[in-house]
Amino acid sequence: MGALFLRDVRLGLRAGGGALVGILFFLAVIAVVPFGVGPDLKLLARIGAAMLWIGALLATLLGLDRLFQADRDDGSLDLLIMASDRHMLALTILVKCLAHWIVSVLPLVIASPLLGLFMNMEAAAIGATALTLLVGTPAITLIGAVGAAVAVSLPRGGLLVSVIILPLTIPVLIFGVSASYGAVEDPAPFLAPFLILAAITLFFAVLGPIAAAAALRSSAD
Amino acid sequence: MSDAVSKTGRWIDLANPTRFLSVAGAALPWLGGLTVLVLAIGFWMSMNAPDDYQQGSTVKIMFIHVPFAWLSMMCYTIMSVAALGTLVWRHPLADVSAKAAAPIGAVFTALALITGSLWGKPMWGTWWVWDARLTSVFVLFLMYLGIIALTRAMDDPAKSAKATAILTLVGFINIPIIKFSVDWWNTLHQPASVLRMGGSTLDPSYLKPLLVMAIGFTLLFFTLHLMAMRNEIWRRRVTAMRRVAARSADRGTVS
Repeated sequence: MGALFLRDVRLGLRAGGGALVGILFFLAVIAVVPFGVGPDLKLLARIGAAMLWIGALLATLLGLDRLFQADRDDGSLDLLIMASDRHMLALTILVKCLAHWIVSVLPLVIASPLLGLFMNMEAAAIGATALTLLVGTPAITLIGAVGAAVAVSLPRGGLLVSVIILPLTIPVLIFGVSASYGAVEDPAPFLAPFLILAAITLFFAVLGPIAAAAALRSSAD
Repeated sequence: MSDAVSKTGRWIDLANPTRFLSVAGAALPWLGGLTVLVLAIGFWMSMNAPDDYQQGSTVKIMFIHVPFAWLSMMCYTIMSVAALGTLVWRHPLADVSAKAAAPIGAVFTALALITGSLWGKPMWGTWWVWDARLTSVFVLFLMYLGIIALTRAMDDPAKSAKATAILTLVGFINIPIIKFSVDWWNTLHQPASVLRMGGSTLDPSYLKPLLVMAIGFTLLFFTLHLMAMRNEIWRRRVTAMRRVAARSADRGTVS
């Protein structure tokens, strides 16, 4: 498992630079917002957390179809599925998701404070948004694993993965944004939506790999 | 014991597509006739229901809006059971049922959203609000569309069946969220008033037409579902026969 993790991280960092494209896309989405809503700094500060979340969600969805596609192209996915009598396939997928998250999503979380400055957000709001992104984005990757596994045998599954995953990620978005606002605005609570967000991540850490394993197995035979 | 055996026996009988087709063909005229009858009675009852003292005659939108909303959830539940049938019991007709139900469910969900919107304009003063019930039903609609897109994207029905089944089961999380959204969050949409602890809060003069309409639309759903399943089986047979014909034609030219 450790070897698989290191292999996936190395592949993600070296081959094709998918991580860099994700950050650039995130940057582009955030840079487009002021053009769309106008350079009103007060308005930008108010919608900043939501825009960071939406940008991160879209950037995460963008890279998801690569999760199993590359492995399927060179045949190592079949090896991973065949090895499932020694390692649980769900555990393998969890490790792959973790590696994918570290390579292509963690940079987004690290870049989000800088982009928060662009949106004229307060320090507390920036910190809260980065923290909720850190806790919430693994859930998006884990839900995405189901979509990527379901669509792995399709020739052009990339857009389809985004379409079928997006409805399921809406709760993550809702609680992530409400926790980010809760840290700044006074009457809204921070802890309750934050804990629900953590619970969603843990829930999908179980359900996502199991469902993805079932889908991969059915696509293999 | 013997009853259970005969019951499972009947389920296995239905697994044979030919037998299913004959049963469906015998049942469809009766089911369709009953649907028309019940819907006509329900329509007549709802036309004769009294106007609400606050809402006027717009209250009658309820008689179609509520059944559509119930059916949109029931259809997804049926698809989830069919998904279990595909994955666990490997029932050969389960994926036909799931595939046939998805477009019908999407239409019922869209109709629930549209009628709710038409009702919301005079009552709430707006076509659409982003409250929990409306948003979660909208998410349900998007999930139906995603499932339909996935089933249509693969050409091998056996493969798409399993993938769709897994996606359907994962998406089933949304159904309890829709059902209890009006109780968990304080929303503009009114809380459950028909099916709730301590009896219905609805006056019998509204409850009776509503129940008749709900039964009518449920029958309509099952009629459409059976017809769609029959079409799907026939479509698969035609595809299989075309393949056989193409293969034999190929062989004929070679020899």
